[in-house]
Amino acid sequence: MIDPGWYMGLAAVLFMIGALGLLLRRNALVMFMCIELMLNAVNLTLISAGRALNDLNGQVAVFFILVVAAAEVVVGLAIIVSVFRLRATASVDELSELRG
Amino acid sequence: MVEAILFVLMAISAIAGAVTVVVARNAVYSAMGLLGTLFSVAVIYVVQLAHLVAAVQVIVYAGAVLTLFLFVIMLIGVDKSESRDEALPHQRAIVGGIAGAMVLLVGGVTVFGDFDWVPAGSTINANATNGTVEAVAAPLFTDWVLAFEATALLLTIAAAGAIALAHHRRRPS
Amino acid sequence: MTELIWLAIAVPLAGSVLLHFFGRFLKEPLPGVIASLAVGASFVIALTAAIPFFEGGAHGEAVLLWEWMPAIGANIEILWDPLAAMMTLIVTGVGALIHVFAIGYMHGDERFHRFFAILNLFIASMLILVLAGNYAMLFLGWELVGLCSYLLIGFWFRRHSAAAAAKKAFIVNRIGDLGLMVGLMLVFTAFGTLSYAGIFDRADAELTTGLATAIALLFFVGVVGKSAQIPLYVWLPDAMEGPTPVSALIHAATMVTAGVYLIARSAAIYELAPAAQVTVATVGAFTALWAATIAMGQRDIKRVLAYSTISQLGYMILAVGTTAYVAGLFHLMTHAFFKALLFLGAGSVIHAMNGEQDMYKMGGLFKKMKVTGITMGIATIAIAGIPPLGGFWSKDEILAAVFERGGYFSFLWVIGLVTALITGFYMARQFILVFLGKPRWDEGVQPHESPRVMTVPLVILALLSTIGGLTNTPIRLSLEHFLEPAFESITLAHPPEETWLLVVIAALSVIAGLVGIGAASVNYLRPREDWERWEGGLEPVWSWWGQAYGVDEFYGRTIVAPGKRLAEVTAFDIDIPVIDGAVNGVGRLVRGLGAWIRPLQTGYVRNYGALLLAGTVVILIWLLVGGA
Repeated sequence: MIDPGWYMGLAAVLFMIGALGLLLRRNALVMFMCIELMLNAVNLTLISAGRALNDLNGQVAVFFILVVAAAEVVVGLAIIVSVFRLRATASVDELSELRG
Repeated sequence: MVEAILFVLMAISAIAGAVTVVVARNAVYSAMGLLGTLFSVAVIYVVQLAHLVAAVQVIVYAGAVLTLFLFVIMLIGVDKSESRDEALPHQRAIVGGIAGAMVLLVGGVTVFGDFDWVPAGSTINANATNGTVEAVAAPLFTDWVLAFEATALLLTIAAAGAIALAHHRRRPS
Repeated sequence: MTELIWLAIAVPLAGSVLLHFFGRFLKEPLPGVIASLAVGASFVIALTAAIPFFEGGAHGEAVLLWEWMPAIGANIEILWDPLAAMMTLIVTGVGALIHVFAIGYMHGDERFHRFFAILNLFIASMLILVLAGNYAMLFLGWELVGLCSYLLIGFWFRRHSAAAAAKKAFIVNRIGDLGLMVGLMLVFTAFGTLSYAGIFDRADAELTTGLATAIALLFFVGVVGKSAQIPLYVWLPDAMEGPTPVSALIHAATMVTAGVYLIARSAAIYELAPAAQVTVATVGAFTALWAATIAMGQRDIKRVLAYSTISQLGYMILAVGTTAYVAGLFHLMTHAFFKALLFLGAGSVIHAMNGEQDMYKMGGLFKKMKVTGITMGIATIAIAGIPPLGGFWSKDEILAAVFERGGYFSFLWVIGLVTALITGFYMARQFILVFLGKPRWDEGVQPHESPRVMTVPLVILALLSTIGGLTNTPIRLSLEHFLEPAFESITLAHPPEETWLLVVIAALSVIAGLVGIGAASVNYLRPREDWERWEGGLEPVWSWWGQAYGVDEFYGRTIVAPGKRLAEVTAFDIDIPVIDGAVNGVGRLVRGLGAWIRPLQTGYVRNYGALLLAGTVVILIWLLVGGA
């Protein structure tokens, strides 16, 4: 098998892309998708590490992360919908009242 | 051998999907990019012998979460395209800086990093991490049963919360 | 009875507290009666406790009341010896008479009860001073009488001049008190205690001449302030703003004599400091002359008496400086009698003239105010030093002792003699201008004799002025024997032994007084235009005397104005810009910093996210590069 470092590297790249996308896009939904990207990168890291260390707990952890991510998406999208109902916008730049 | 080829292919597709998520103007295109990434990652999971996780990834993540995303995109307005210019001052600069730092970080770690991914003297035991249903279920229902129950509760709460959030307040008339 | 001497302080103190809190519920003249009875009670207590001293041979006794600060010898303790007894009797005796007088004088005043409350407090404070058994308690009394003086001078505080005079008195006194305080500190470092018992016996052993001189001179600074000598006398003329009973009691008979008492009490220290003695005597003599000249040119009836007091105090200081302590104290007593009488008489006149105090607007009052006139006449003769009245015996004893001391002191004797001449002049001038000649009153003024409550004290004081001098004639030195136990180890200066010399000196001082009186009579019994022309002819000297040599203005220019300027600079140029600026500056700095950082909160989630991520990256780099 190949060096687990490659998988970690891929995960790092995915994470970076997700982080940059989070900062660069205005659309709340796209930002959310970037968050999912980052979570996936983490999952990948965990699976690879578990494999490298002969530990099944890596996969168990990923399992949990998947569940939590699902729950988080549910609530997050509900929030986005509520905000859209109030403001008719999906752009997070419009929601800037809490400024100094 | 096979693993290496698969890795390269899936890596390319995962990254392509990720880039699509970030770059596409239309939100639906972003969702499709995400789908590509999810599938690629699922394949990688299979290669890593994490079979249950791969299956759950496809069913839950790609099948439920992404579908939910698409629903909401349709609800909110699929015809709107985001403009390309940056409204916030300095945002591009900071992000550029972060990107550069991250690249340096990863590059540095890769090139100069002195890690033993596999502890010296041990070998990877394929059977030890064979992620079949039984294999994963065992620790899940013994060592991690508390966390398991907690996440079940979490899901319930999330569902209830979503309903509460999206509830139309009917005015008393 | 000696153990109960503390009651002499307690009764007036209780009276003061009582009148302070409940006085306004009592109708006139009850507060005054209570106050007078309190002081009278003190007098009786003191008299009874002094019987052993009258019989002779009794020594002083120390009575410890309360251990206040035993470590430095500062307890509440009383030293009851003949000196303390004499002072107490004078203070309470004359004080009681003045209290009675004040019942009439302050009639109708809206703060009648408050006046007597403070007056009683003053008596208590003065008694604390003279009965003290250690310097700390003396200092306590010293400051308290200063406080009462302030309160009483400014009794009619709504008058700006009165408030200013009260402040002036207190502040000038404070300057003197600084010297006294430093002196007390020196005493403590030399003896380790402030108690008389631990000091006077050991003075000879513990003090070098230098140290004794330093202490003596520092004490004298305090005396200069309290007893109005040059250069700190300027507060006393202004203190005439207070009601006349106050002037009589505090600024003639008692408080100002506290300085003389202090020196007499500290005789053991002054014994060891000849240089200080010379200084004290010189200042006393010059003050006497200086103030007498000023008194000549005054128009206000009370101002003449104020400067006269300063001058007579000069005599007392001259006496104690020459170590003629008994003579000085003797003069203190006789002066208390006739000066109080003069002030009360002046008060009676002012009362009759509806508040007029300018002597040029009086005249011919004798017909209308017989009792006041006669008593004031007696006092005038007494102060001029004409036998057989009191002032002659005491003033003559001083002059004789100074003469006998010889050497440099003979020069001071001459000054004293000249002053006696001038004293006769200005006192006679005052009497003639007020009581004799043709009336020069304003329209509508109807002088009348004062009520009996005011004239009876006058008569009593006149009696005392007449016979008081007989307590210490060369034929029968009763006072000296009385005070002997207090001055056991002290060498007293004495008048000459030879009778013929005594007679000559006495005759000289009497002649000086008579010449002064005669000159005044010749001048002022003429018509007004004549003596006004005479006064004009003496210009500019007459104006110098009238303006008190411009000393107040001089102080104002050299001390007060720079002081005010310093205060202004400190308040406006230092405090506000620098200190307030620094404090406000801190506030401004914080606000500025806040305003500088606040833009970080843009309200945009993406900005926050960017910063979060940037921070994470930094931490990661740091962790990997080698941080903990």
